[in-house]
Amino acid sequence: MSGHHLLAGFAEPGELMGAIEKAREAGFSDLEAYSPFAIEGVAEAIGHRPTRIRIVMAVAGVIGAACGFGLQAWSAMVAYPINSGGRPLFSWPAFMLVTFELTVLFAVVAGFVAFILRSGLTKLHQPLFAAPNFHRASHDLFFLRVTVDGDANAARELLKGLSPIVIDEVPA
Amino acid sequence: MSYEAITSEVMNPLLMTRVGRIWWISLLVSLALTVMMVVSILWLFANGIGVWGLNQSNIWGFAIANYVWWIGIGNAGTLISSMLLLTRQRWRASVNRFAEAMTLFAAAIAGLYPILHLGRPWFFYWLMPYPNTMGVWPQWRSPLVWDFFAIASYLIFSLLFWYTGLIPDLATARDRAAPGLRRALYGFMSFGWTGSASDWLRLESFYKTAAAMAVPLVFSVHSVVGLDFAAGLAPGWAETIFPPYFVFGAAYSGFAMVVTLAIPIRWAFNLQGLVTRSHLNVMGKMLLFLSLIMSISYATEWFMAWYAGSEAERDLILFKFFGAYAPYYWLMLACNCVIPLALWVPAVRRTPKLILAVALAINLGMWLERILITTTTPSHGHLPSSWQIYTPTIWDWTLWFGTLGFFTLLFLIFVRLVPFISLHEVKQFDWQRRRA
Repeated sequence: MSGHHLLAGFAEPGELMGAIEKAREAGFSDLEAYSPFAIEGVAEAIGHRPTRIRIVMAVAGVIGAACGFGLQAWSAMVAYPINSGGRPLFSWPAFMLVTFELTVLFAVVAGFVAFILRSGLTKLHQPLFAAPNFHRASHDLFFLRVTVDGDANAARELLKGLSPIVIDEVPA
Repeated sequence: MSYEAITSEVMNPLLMTRVGRIWWISLLVSLALTVMMVVSILWLFANGIGVWGLNQSNIWGFAIANYVWWIGIGNAGTLISSMLLLTRQRWRASVNRFAEAMTLFAAAIAGLYPILHLGRPWFFYWLMPYPNTMGVWPQWRSPLVWDFFAIASYLIFSLLFWYTGLIPDLATARDRAAPGLRRALYGFMSFGWTGSASDWLRLESFYKTAAAMAVPLVFSVHSVVGLDFAAGLAPGWAETIFPPYFVFGAAYSGFAMVVTLAIPIRWAFNLQGLVTRSHLNVMGKMLLFLSLIMSISYATEWFMAWYAGSEAERDLILFKFFGAYAPYYWLMLACNCVIPLALWVPAVRRTPKLILAVALAINLGMWLERILITTTTPSHGHLPSSWQIYTPTIWDWTLWFGTLGFFTLLFLIFVRLVPFISLHEVKQFDWQRRRA
C-alpha cells in the first residue's frame, strides 16, 4: 500500500458497486471497499481472488481425524491394552466419535486462525482509522479506497463525479 | 429501517442509556444466587458427593440430569445460528447473537456438572489423553470419554463461532463509543477490523463453513449424551431412540429458552422493531413442531416397552405413570405435550406474554424430563431389592438454582457489554429485502 489513499463514502451498496466499475474503467487498479456488512459480488468486482480458507479447514480436518483415530488406535492397542469384556482391542466403531469431534475441532480452529492471520487482524490499529469519516464504515457508509500514485487531483475529480457523501484523505 | 436506525437501536442501549433499576435488581439477585452456587460447590468439595440425595441405586441424580438439561439449552443456540444460516432464514439475524451467547454460557455450566459429580473432581483431567508417568490412557470405549471430547470441542467451537460473528459488531461499538476505557476495550476486542471486502470474504467463507460443520457437531454432542444412558442395559435407558430423542429434546428446551430470553430482552431494550411479532410467531411454530416430535418420542417409548415384551420395561412404564414419581411425570407430559398445543392458535404465537408462558412451561417440562430420565430407571431397575427412591437434598437445589443465577448473571453482563443483536446481518438482510 504505497502512495496516497483517497476514500469516497457512499450511502448504498449499489452506488459503491457503480463506483468500483467507474474507477476501474478510469484505470485505477489498487482498489479496496469497506462496508458495514458483507456485500455479494464486491470482492469479485474489485478483483480479489477467492479465499482459500476452506482448503485450510479441509486439510486441518483430515489431520484432526488422523490424529484422533491414530491416538485412540495406538493407545488402545499398543500403549495401554485393556481387555474389556473380551472385546477386540481395535474396536474402531467406538473410536469414530472422538475422531469426528477432533475433525471438527481442528478444522474450526485452523479456519479461525487462518482468518485472523490472513485478514491482518493482529494489528489493532490501521492507518485508515485516522480518516475523519472512516468510523462510519462500520455503521452506514460504503467506502471505496483508491490508491493515487501520480496526480491526486484527477483521482479527486473522478471520485467527486461519482457524487459520494464524503471524500476523505487517509493521512500518511 | 435505515442503517442509522438499526445501529442506534442496538448501540444506544449499550452505550448511551443508563441501565434501569430492573437490571440492577436482577444483577443483585443473580449475584446472590451465584454466591450460593459457589458455596454449594465448596460444601460439596469439603464433604463429598454424599451431601447430595444420591443413594446406592441413584448414583447420578440432579448433577447428571442438570448437565443434560444445560447442554440441551446450549444446543438450540447453535442450531438456530447454523441451520438457519445455511437455509437462509432471514429472521435468524435478530435472535442468533443471544442464542449463541446462551449456548456458550449453558455449555460451560453443563461442563461443570460432570466434573463436580466425579467425586474426586481434582482428577478430572484424567479424562484427557496425555502422556503420564503411570502410562495410563483413557478408555476409548466409554461414552463418558466421548462426552469429554464432545463437550470440549463444542465449547471451543461455540466460542470461535460466536466471536467470529461478533468481530464486525465490536468494531461498530468501537467506532460509536466515546473515547475512553470502553472504546479501548472494544478496539482491542475487534482486532482492528476495517470491514474491507477481502476481510468480509474470508469471514463469510469461514463462518458458513463452520456453520455447516456445526449441524453434525450439535447432533453428535447430544447423541453422545443420549448414548451415556443408552449404552447400558437398564430398562428405560437401553433404547435405540435415545440419541435422536435427546437431540430433539435439546432443541426443544433450547428454543423455549431462546423465547424465554428474547421476550424480556425485547421488552427491556425496546427492540420491537428488530425482534418482531412475526419472529415470535415463527419460533412458536418451531416449538409446536418440536413438541409434537417429543410427544411421538414418548409414545414410541411406551409402545416399544409393550412391543419388545420385556417384563422390566413394561413394569418401568407402569412405574412412570403410577409409581413414586407419577405426579412429576404427569406434570411433565402436561408441560411438554399438552400446554404447547395452545401454539396451534395464531393469536397465542403472536402475543408475547402467552408465548412466554408456554415457553416457561416447556422449560419446566423439559427439566422434569431430564430429572425423571435420570432417576426413574435406577429407582426401578431389573433388581427389585435395589429399588430406591431419589430425594434431592437442599444442596442439590442450591446448586441447581445457583447455576440458574450464574447463567442469568453472565447474560446480564453480556447484554451490557456486547452488541446483543447481529448488526451486520440485520443490515445485510434489510438491504437484500429492499433490493429484492
